[in-house]
Amino acid sequence: MPVPTPFHGRTAVLCESYDWRSWAGYLAVSVYEPSHEREYYAIRNSAAAIDVSPLFKYEISGPEAARLVDRIITRDVTKCRVGQVMYTPWCDEDGKLIDDGTVARLGENLFRLTAAEPNLRWFTDVGYGLEAQVRDVSQELAALSVQGPNSRAILKQVLTGVDLDGLGYFRLAQGEVAGVPVTVTRTGYTGDLGYELWIRPSAAELLWDALFAVGAGYGLMPAGMVALDIARIEAGLLLIEVDYKSAHHALIEAQKSSPYELGLGWAVALDGADFIGRRALRAEKARGSEWAFVGLEVDWLSLEKLFAQVGLPPQVAGRASRTAVPLYKNGRQIGQATSHTFSPILKKQIAIGQVRRTYAAPGTPLEIEITVEHVRQRARAVVVQTPFYNPPHKKA
Amino acid sequence: MNDYNAIVIGGGHNGLVTAAYLAKVGRRVLLLEQRGVLGGAAATEAVFPGCRVDTGAVDASLFADEIVRDLFLKMAGLHFVEGKVAVFAPQPDGRSLTLYPDVHKTAQEIARLGHPQDAQKYPAFVQQVNHLTAVLQTMMRTPPPDLHTLSLSDLTAWGKVALQTRRLGGREMMALLRILPMPVAEYLDTWFQSAALQGAIGAAGITGSYLGPMGGGTTLMLLYQASGGFGRSRFVLGGMGQLAQALAGAARQNGAEIRLHTAVARILLNEENAAIGVRLADGTDILADAVLSSLDARRTFFHLVGAQHLEPRFMRQVRAIRYRGSTARVNLLLNGLPQFNGQESAAQLSGHIRIAPSLTYVEKAYDAAKYGRFSPQPYLNATISTLADPTLAPTGQHLMHITMQYAPYHLRDGNWESERERLGDHTIATLAQYAPNLPALIANRQVITPLDWEQQYGLTEGSIMHGQMGLDQLLVLRPVPGWSQYRTPIANLYLCGAGAHPGGGVTGIPGYLAARELLRQKAGV
Repeated sequence: MPVPTPFHGRTAVLCESYDWRSWAGYLAVSVYEPSHEREYYAIRNSAAAIDVSPLFKYEISGPEAARLVDRIITRDVTKCRVGQVMYTPWCDEDGKLIDDGTVARLGENLFRLTAAEPNLRWFTDVGYGLEAQVRDVSQELAALSVQGPNSRAILKQVLTGVDLDGLGYFRLAQGEVAGVPVTVTRTGYTGDLGYELWIRPSAAELLWDALFAVGAGYGLMPAGMVALDIARIEAGLLLIEVDYKSAHHALIEAQKSSPYELGLGWAVALDGADFIGRRALRAEKARGSEWAFVGLEVDWLSLEKLFAQVGLPPQVAGRASRTAVPLYKNGRQIGQATSHTFSPILKKQIAIGQVRRTYAAPGTPLEIEITVEHVRQRARAVVVQTPFYNPPHKKA
Repeated sequence: MNDYNAIVIGGGHNGLVTAAYLAKVGRRVLLLEQRGVLGGAAATEAVFPGCRVDTGAVDASLFADEIVRDLFLKMAGLHFVEGKVAVFAPQPDGRSLTLYPDVHKTAQEIARLGHPQDAQKYPAFVQQVNHLTAVLQTMMRTPPPDLHTLSLSDLTAWGKVALQTRRLGGREMMALLRILPMPVAEYLDTWFQSAALQGAIGAAGITGSYLGPMGGGTTLMLLYQASGGFGRSRFVLGGMGQLAQALAGAARQNGAEIRLHTAVARILLNEENAAIGVRLADGTDILADAVLSSLDARRTFFHLVGAQHLEPRFMRQVRAIRYRGSTARVNLLLNGLPQFNGQESAAQLSGHIRIAPSLTYVEKAYDAAKYGRFSPQPYLNATISTLADPTLAPTGQHLMHITMQYAPYHLRDGNWESERERLGDHTIATLAQYAPNLPALIANRQVITPLDWEQQYGLTEGSIMHGQMGLDQLLVLRPVPGWSQYRTPIANLYLCGAGAHPGGGVTGIPGYLAARELLRQKAGV
C-alpha cells in the first residue's frame, strides 16, 4: 500500500478528484481537479507546485566522492562545479541505461543524486573499494517542484538568502524559508522556467503554506502527474519504464537501450575518466547505434482524414499515453512511439520514441499507428527535433 | 619493448610452475615473492633453530607427474619418499587402525579390528575410488569449458572426459554422478560399518573445508585427495619446500628471474584497464606483457588491482567467493618419537596420523566451527617429516606437523591473537589422549592460525585452498562463474594459483594450465 509523502496533509485536502496513483510506493496525485487542464496551463502560463518527494535521493560523500560519482555516471563530473547540477544517465557494464536523474554538487566532496528507482545497491557496489559513502536520503528530504513562468517571482518572496535572479539554469543555492534551510535547484521535468526545493520533511507543510500564501496572486496551483506527463513530453524528456526499460529490469537484451539510442549521446563523456559502461559505449560509438531517439509530429490533416472516413472529427486523448505504438516506413515497422500526447500549447499531436537509425533525420516522413473506432490505421508523421516546446524563459 | 614477457606474482608452488613453463619456451619471466622463502603454503622454513619445518602442505602425492617430467624436476633436486603407511588412526579405546598402500594388507588389518565384512568390501571400494579418480584426474587437467562460446577445443577436451566416463560402464558412470555431490559420511555408510574405518578414510573429505563430513560435496574432496592414488602418501626429501626449490631451479635454468623479499603493491593498469606490469612496495614499476597472479582471486583483485577498477558484476562475484578458512597448524619439535596407544612400530607413524575415530566425531568437531568456536575435540592430521628425512631436525629429534580442524577464521568470541596459544595447548592435549608421552617430548612449538595464514601467507580468510572447494566453487564456477579459463576481465592479467581450476592442494596443475592458456592466448608474443 502506498504511503503518504511529507506534503500529504496539504495535497490530500486539495485532491478533489480522489485520483491517486502509486509512485515509488508513495501516494501521488494524478489530478487534483476532475480535469487536469488548469494544472497543465498553470505549468505553462503561471506556476504549479508538484510534489516530487517520491524521487529517490542519494548522498555521496567522502574523499573519493567525485571519483565515485564519475564512475557511476556517463558524464564527466570533473566539469561539474560546486553549486552546479547535471542531468545524467547511468549505465550497466554493457553501456545500457539503468536510470537517469540529476547530480547536484553540494560541495567538493559532497553530491546528491536523484533517481527514479532504488539505486543504493548499485551505487554502493560501484563504489566498493573507493573512499566514499553512499547514503539513501530519500526519506530525509521532501521535494517540491515549482514550475512555470511565475515560479521565480513567487520564490523570490518566499525564500530568503538566495539570489534567484543570479541563479542560472542547472545551478543550486542554499536558502531558507521561515528559518528552515532549503536547497534550491533550478531544475525540473517540464522544460519551463522552474525550481525544485529540497527541505526536511517536518518542514514540508510549512514550505507549502508559505508558497501558497504568496502564490495565490500569481496563479500558483498544485499540479498532478497527468499534467506533468504532458509537459515532460513537450520538453522531450524521458520517463523510465515508459520510454526505456532499465537494464536492471529488462528480461531480454532487446529491451535495453544505450544512451546513444535515447538521444543522450551528448551526456556521454567517452574521453573523461573511466565509468561503468564506457568500453561498451566506445564500441557502440565506433560501430554506430542500432536505434535512435526521435520526436514526431503527427500530421493533423492525416488524422482528420482517418476520422472523417468513419464520420468523426479527430479524437485525441486529453492525456498523455504511455502505451507504445508502432511506427512505419514504407509499410514496414521501423520503430515505436513510446509516449505521445496532444500538446495543448502547441496544438499538435506529438510523440517521442525510437526508430532504426537510418530513419532518425529530422524531416523524415513516417507513419504512426492510430486506432480509429477499433481499427488500426496509420497517420502521417514527421521526425522533428526535441524539445517540442522550448520557451526562452526556461533558461532566462 | 617491456623488460619481461611475464611477471608471476607469488612464489608458491603454482606460481613457480607457471614461471618454469613460461621460461621453458623462452619467455622472459620475472617471479616476485614477498617472503624470504619460496613455496608459499608449501614451504619449508627455519622455524626452530637447526630445523627445516614444513609450515604448510606436507604431502606431495597429488603433484602432477607430467610436471615432474616436463620440467626435469628430478634433475633439479626433487626426490619423493613414498610413505609405507597411508594412515595410522589411533582409537579412543586404545586400539588402532592402520591403512597401507597395499589393499590386501589393509583388508587384513580391518579384519583384525573385528570387521570382516568391511575387510571383504575394502578391495572393491578401492577399485571404485580408483575408477572414479581416473576420470577426476582427467577433469583436473582439462581447463573448464567457456560455456558462452563453447569452442571446438573446449568441446574436444571435455569430449575426452565424457568418453572416459562412458568407458566406466553404465553402473560406474551413474555411480560417479551420484557419488560426487554426496556427503562423504553417507557415501562411506554405503560401504562400511566400522566407524574407525569411516573416520580414517572419510576425514580426507573435509580437507581445508568449512563443512563437516555430513555436508554435500565432501565425497568429491575425498576423491580429489585420492587423485594421486588412493592409500598413498608421498613426501619430499628435504621437506616440501624442496619441491619449490626444484621448480625454482628449473625456472632459473631457463632464464627466469626470481626475486625474494619483493612485495607487489599493486598491478599497474593502463587507461583501458589492461594490466601492464606491477608496482613494487618500494615504488619501483616493472612493465611486462602479461601479469600472472598465483594469489587468490580476492587478494589479486581487491588488494592488487583495486575493486574500483572492476566492473560491479565481477566485483560482486569476487566478493561472493566463500573463503572461510577452517584450518590451523601446530608444528612441534620433539625430543623423540611419541608412542601412540595401539602403535606397534615407528613405521606406523610414517604416513598420516589421523585423529578421526568416526565421522560423527568429525561432524561434532565441525559443529563448534559453525558457531564461531574452534573444535573442543578437533579432527587432527599429523605427519612426522623426520621419519621420511631424518636430516630435517638435529639427530634424535623429530618434527611433527599437526593440521587441526576446525579453526574458523571468524571467531565469535575473542580473536586469534589471544586464542593462538590456547588452540596450541588444546591441540596437544587432544593428541595426548592418544599419545600420552607427547607433551613431555615437546622442545619447541609453533602455532599458525587462520589469521596467520592470511597475514603472513596472504591467504584470504586463511583459506588454504584459495576458496572453498564446494560444488558451487569448482570447474566452470572457479574462481567465479564465467572466468574459469585463467583469464580475467583485466586484459593481460591471469590467475595461476589454487583459486583457479582445479583448485587447492599441491598439484601444480593450476600453474601449468594457466601457463598453457597464456601461451595459447599470446602465441606470438
